[in-house]
Amino acid sequence: MEDTSTSAPQFPTQQVRPKARLVRAFFDFAGRRVIQWMDRTHELMAFALIATGVTVTKFNVAPRVIRPLIRSQIHRAGVRLLPMIGFLGCALGLIIIGQTVSLLTQIGAHTLIGTLMVTVVIRELGPLLTTVVVLARVGAATVVELGTSRARGEVEALEALGIDPVHYLVLPRMWGLAVSVFALTIYFVLVALLSGYLFAFLQDVPLPPSEYFRQLASALRWEDFAMLTLKTAAFGIIIAVVCCYQGLAKPLRIEDVPNATTRAVVSSVVACVLVDAAFIVAYLLI
Amino acid sequence: MSTVAETIARPPVIEMLNAAITSARAPDTAVISGINWIVSLDDYWVIGGPTSSGKSNLLVTAAGLQRPLCGVHRLFGRELPSLREPERLHERLRVGMVFEDGARPFPQLTVAENIALPLRYHRDWNDAMIRQRVEEMLDITGLSAFADSAPLDLMRALIPRVGLARALALGPEVLLLDNPLAGLDPRQERWWLDFIASLASGHPSMKGRKMTIVVTCDDLRPWTSQGRQFALLKGKHFLPLGGRDDLKRCNEPLLHDLTAAHSS
Repeated sequence: MEDTSTSAPQFPTQQVRPKARLVRAFFDFAGRRVIQWMDRTHELMAFALIATGVTVTKFNVAPRVIRPLIRSQIHRAGVRLLPMIGFLGCALGLIIIGQTVSLLTQIGAHTLIGTLMVTVVIRELGPLLTTVVVLARVGAATVVELGTSRARGEVEALEALGIDPVHYLVLPRMWGLAVSVFALTIYFVLVALLSGYLFAFLQDVPLPPSEYFRQLASALRWEDFAMLTLKTAAFGIIIAVVCCYQGLAKPLRIEDVPNATTRAVVSSVVACVLVDAAFIVAYLLI
Repeated sequence: MSTVAETIARPPVIEMLNAAITSARAPDTAVISGINWIVSLDDYWVIGGPTSSGKSNLLVTAAGLQRPLCGVHRLFGRELPSLREPERLHERLRVGMVFEDGARPFPQLTVAENIALPLRYHRDWNDAMIRQRVEEMLDITGLSAFADSAPLDLMRALIPRVGLARALALGPEVLLLDNPLAGLDPRQERWWLDFIASLASGHPSMKGRKMTIVVTCDDLRPWTSQGRQFALLKGKHFLPLGGRDDLKRCNEPLLHDLTAAHSS
């Protein structure tokens, strides 16, 4: 590939067959993209490492400043998102779970209900949907907030006061989002499971509540609780780190902020799905 | 203006030897190169230069917020990159910085919270002590009436004072001011000049200790009677001019431009 790209300009364009040119152009494009992507991942990992380092080394530095900030992040990303998560949980319960339950009962496979619910709602859909909602509502706002304050030089002003911007701006968001995504996922799962049963009940599905909950309880394993905690905290930290990175690392002008926001949302979703895949592998190994 | 013996006894506050400085937007190109600049204790430097001649970058580098591209930069006789984190922070906090264009207050905090932030972060004072210091800062900058307002709701001319009060809260020994008179009316200009002069000669809120002052400006006229040392930034170079008397004898055309009255 290196060969083609270096020798490309030496050939007069007419001599290269159009098809070959197209292939070469595609490889050039793909190669550039891959290298760009690797560069960005590398920088992001470095930023994540710095943030982790600051978490450890400044664990107890200026708690009077940092703790209220963590609380306000939890309020913003967690408490104020509760109605939205409740609504989504209800919708998911009514639309998907209710129908699944009634279909499974119709074909007599109602013994699978518990396993299905635990796999779909508790392990996968709950954490991912909650993360996407938090990302849309708080992540994007974070990029805009940090991007503008970087562009206006407020981050430099923090440094001039001897305040580490990663400590003051990133750390509270990491902790706040980790706690918020975890708590919201639990609410989401509970609301979805309850409203799902409600829908099935309204459709006269012959499934007593005791049977429904017994199945759920028997399908849950202890790993599910541990994994749910780890996974949601990881998702929260990922969106916080990615959004803070995009907000703080690049924009030196206000015009860069919209692009940074788009990139942050896309890379957060990709990173979360990749980590989710890693968790599926972990489930299979346990 | 200190003697050799004094310089040896007390290292200079800011020292740049053959340094080249960069800007955040283009970190690999030099904005000003070959800077040889020594700020001694209790000096009052005024650095003039046309717009985008690198004044802000010079101050940011002097404060240790940005590393020079090459050359030596010392704060209080010590090179910051060689220090460990707590010591570096300690040296850095001896320097206060007031930024250009409204001094960059944090818009999401109130005026009082802006001033209290560095105190709450660095000092383990109790709330009463912090409140007392904040009130003192508000009082000397004339912002007492606006303690609970958002900084950007203030009158435009008062916004930079929030940054000034915030920079003074920790009681630094050196104050760097980046073009503080930009866009101010003559009355406000007077206030800033008088206030900076009182800091230079020992303000009661700074325990009467004389402060070392470095000011940049694009109009030298108000400063010629204030500063004790002058320098110009011209075409990527740093030109020290000397004291007030040297200023009168100097026939540098840029100096003439920066001190000339508007011809109308």
